Amino acid sequence: MSVLILLIGFSILIAGGFLLAFIWSVKRGQYDDDYTPSVRMLFDDKPVGEEDPSFKPKQK
Amino acid sequence: MEGLLVKENQARKKVDLHCYHCGEACDASISSNEKYFCCDGCKFVYQLLQENGLCNYYELSDKPGIKVRGKFSSQRFVYLDNEEVKRKLSRFDDGQQTHVSFYLPQMHCASCIWLLENLHTIDHGVLFSKINFQRKEIFIVFDPSKISLRKVVELLAFLGYEPYISLKEGERKINRKISRQKIFKIGIAGFCFSNSMMLSFPEYFSSGNIREPELQLVFNYLNLALSLPVFFYCANEFFISAWKGLHQKWLNIDAPIALAILVTFLRSVYEIISDTGSGYFDSMSGIVFFMLIGRWFQDKTYDSFSFDRDYKSYFPLGVTFIRNEKEETGTINQLKKGDKILVRQNEMIPADALITKGEGNIDYSFVSGENTPLLKRKGELIYAGGKQLGASIEMEVVNTVEQSYITQLWNNDVFTQQKNKDKSFIHPWSRYFTLILFLIAACAAVYWALNDPSKILPAVTASLIVACPCSLLLSATFTFGNMLRHFGKNKFYLKNSSVIEALSQINTIVFDKTGTLTYSSRANVIYEGHLSPEEINMVYSLAKESVHPLSRIIRQELIIIHNFRPLPVNDLRETAGKGIGGLINGRRAKLGSRQFIEETDSIDNSTRTGEVYFSIDGVIKAVFKISNQYREGIATMISSLNQSKYQLKVLSGDNAAEKNKLESIFGKQSTILFHQSPQDKLDFIINYKKQSSKAGVLMLGDGLNDAGALMQADVGVAVSESSSQFTPACDAIIDSNEVQKLHNFILYARAGKKVITWSFILSILYNVVGLSFAVQGLLSPMIAAILMPLSSISIVTFVTVATSFLAKRRGL
Repeated sequence: MSVLILLIGFSILIAGGFLLAFIWSVKRGQYDDDYTPSVRMLFDDKPVGEEDPSFKPKQK
Repeated sequence: MEGLLVKENQARKKVDLHCYHCGEACDASISSNEKYFCCDGCKFVYQLLQENGLCNYYELSDKPGIKVRGKFSSQRFVYLDNEEVKRKLSRFDDGQQTHVSFYLPQMHCASCIWLLENLHTIDHGVLFSKINFQRKEIFIVFDPSKISLRKVVELLAFLGYEPYISLKEGERKINRKISRQKIFKIGIAGFCFSNSMMLSFPEYFSSGNIREPELQLVFNYLNLALSLPVFFYCANEFFISAWKGLHQKWLNIDAPIALAILVTFLRSVYEIISDTGSGYFDSMSGIVFFMLIGRWFQDKTYDSFSFDRDYKSYFPLGVTFIRNEKEETGTINQLKKGDKILVRQNEMIPADALITKGEGNIDYSFVSGENTPLLKRKGELIYAGGKQLGASIEMEVVNTVEQSYITQLWNNDVFTQQKNKDKSFIHPWSRYFTLILFLIAACAAVYWALNDPSKILPAVTASLIVACPCSLLLSATFTFGNMLRHFGKNKFYLKNSSVIEALSQINTIVFDKTGTLTYSSRANVIYEGHLSPEEINMVYSLAKESVHPLSRIIRQELIIIHNFRPLPVNDLRETAGKGIGGLINGRRAKLGSRQFIEETDSIDNSTRTGEVYFSIDGVIKAVFKISNQYREGIATMISSLNQSKYQLKVLSGDNAAEKNKLESIFGKQSTILFHQSPQDKLDFIINYKKQSSKAGVLMLGDGLNDAGALMQADVGVAVSESSSQFTPACDAIIDSNEVQKLHNFILYARAGKKVITWSFILSILYNVVGLSFAVQGLLSPMIAAILMPLSSISIVTFVTVATSFLAKRRGL
């Protein structure tokens, strides 16, 4: 039955991976604003003279 | 002809022309690209957007613009050039990038988001901008070598989104950390709960006899490992709160919960280490998980509202000093007694001051609730909070900001005291609950001591585990949480859930008049006299040129009926606070007070009573009588409140002109007082609460003049015309269009209390079942694992369905 122990070890490892992903996403601020992104994704056409969209602000 | 303007209930003709930018009714005099605008301000904003290819703004939402109010003063934000102010406002600055974030109260639709996130196309100095719509916040990154902080703020203000700037540090930042921590806790508790439940299944299905002992051992220790983060991290707020309560010799609702978690944890650890059982870790993690969700549900607050504002939020941050004949800008904190300051048009007077130069036309509506501006001459004292409507004046400060007449109110104790939250009726319940629980546990201990001493410890600990008052707590948090949502849907925003309880005990309601019972921007206009269409147009053309509030009301009234092309006015002369005159088509037209029209010096009351005279070539043609317009549905609500035997009071800062009208609405038994200063209102509520100790007082007000009374009342409700308006410190904010639902709100709060009582009874039934197993020493981990989540889920479902049903029944 030791195969069960192995399986359980894996399943907890995978679940732990998802937990880490969750913690990372909260830290990145994905849960800070649950409304604006839903509106923002509908603005598809960029206005004339759009600046370089790849600009990212420096991290603090 | 007369009938055109007069009838209150007459269906008004639709206007064809609306400002393309802000949607306000307008005439056809200002246009650009075949689009019409109500004012030059709106047109300039449109042109700016058009030049930058940002007209998409107008397509995303209908008439998204914000009306540009008054002239844009270039001096307004000079204080933002000050190095110290800059440092305080910026979050990050390395000379190439500056990060700032502002609160923009005017933000209201998808167009706003789009425009504000495209700021970089208007000015290339702005590198990046991002919106958080629910918090009404903008985060901006700009290049300080290309654009200054002041220019960024000016750009926002020009577009209509004037930021609310506060120099108090960290006012809004702390909040975010707390809410992130809540989400962490829920996530971790959920993870541990579900995994430890999975690991407990084999034991439940084999009824405690797993054939492989080593497998059992692995499961047990994994469970123990999973319970550690729940016990030490997720549940710590229950321990902290219970400990704080005990420290103050007070048994709060968290105390029995903390006890139950502690006992469960210790017993389970003991069972596993001594290899006598597998513990109750899955039940413990489940309870913590459900309770954290309940708290999160209840505490979901309205991020974009602030319930704790004091006068400082209203006052200007920048002040223009006059030193050695030169103008200098500084912040309001530097203001001292004896300073000379300059107050420009539409600026607020920051401290009590004497006029040393110029003529003041002061709008005190903010302080006293009075509508009509007052004329003040050189040497007269002006109180802080007044707004100068005329040209710039020079003043000498006689009191510091803190000592000024209006701000003194905040030195009152009311503003430093916290309202007592422990009054909540859940707390006594939890105390009885704990006492009875200990009693039962003691009885069980005595019984087993006599019969089978080995069962004492299992029976006692099992009763403490199973009788966790979580379902009591869950029923309150979910009931209040759901009710807060229903109130919020009806635009009645409560500060927190304890307001619901206070609301259910209301029996006295105190109203402010201006802005609360009446519309603050609309009024009834009745006119006497006969005017031809051309003459009406003359009135309109004159009124359009004036900044006086009465002219604005007349202008709005006329524009709803006719589509005008305003006539050109020559030789325009306005006497601030009195009237306006000019030549139109060669005829001398005048609009203003009786004194102004007749050019006499006799004192009259026409502006106070809201009468505006109109004359052509010296002959009076018409009189416009402007009176307060009461909000729709107010009279019906008052009479239903009267029938339900509430005590109703009216405290008005205005004069007694409306006395008869108010008496006809409120009836004779209500107290109606006029000329009430902010301090009077505060004292009235203090005295009233002293006289009748059982009174639950609700104060409904809108301005800074009600601030003291709002704080002193058991429930202070601020009326707000739009979500962007600043409201004084209060317990709840109500949208001005929903004021007539107040009675329903109170009834709903009372019904909510009943729902909690019912769910308490239900949870006690569960506890009786659980305890009956526990005292016999029969509580197996499986029964606990079934009973505890089942009771939690069924109670949550019951209260959520019940409160939603009741809301529907009350029409909310």
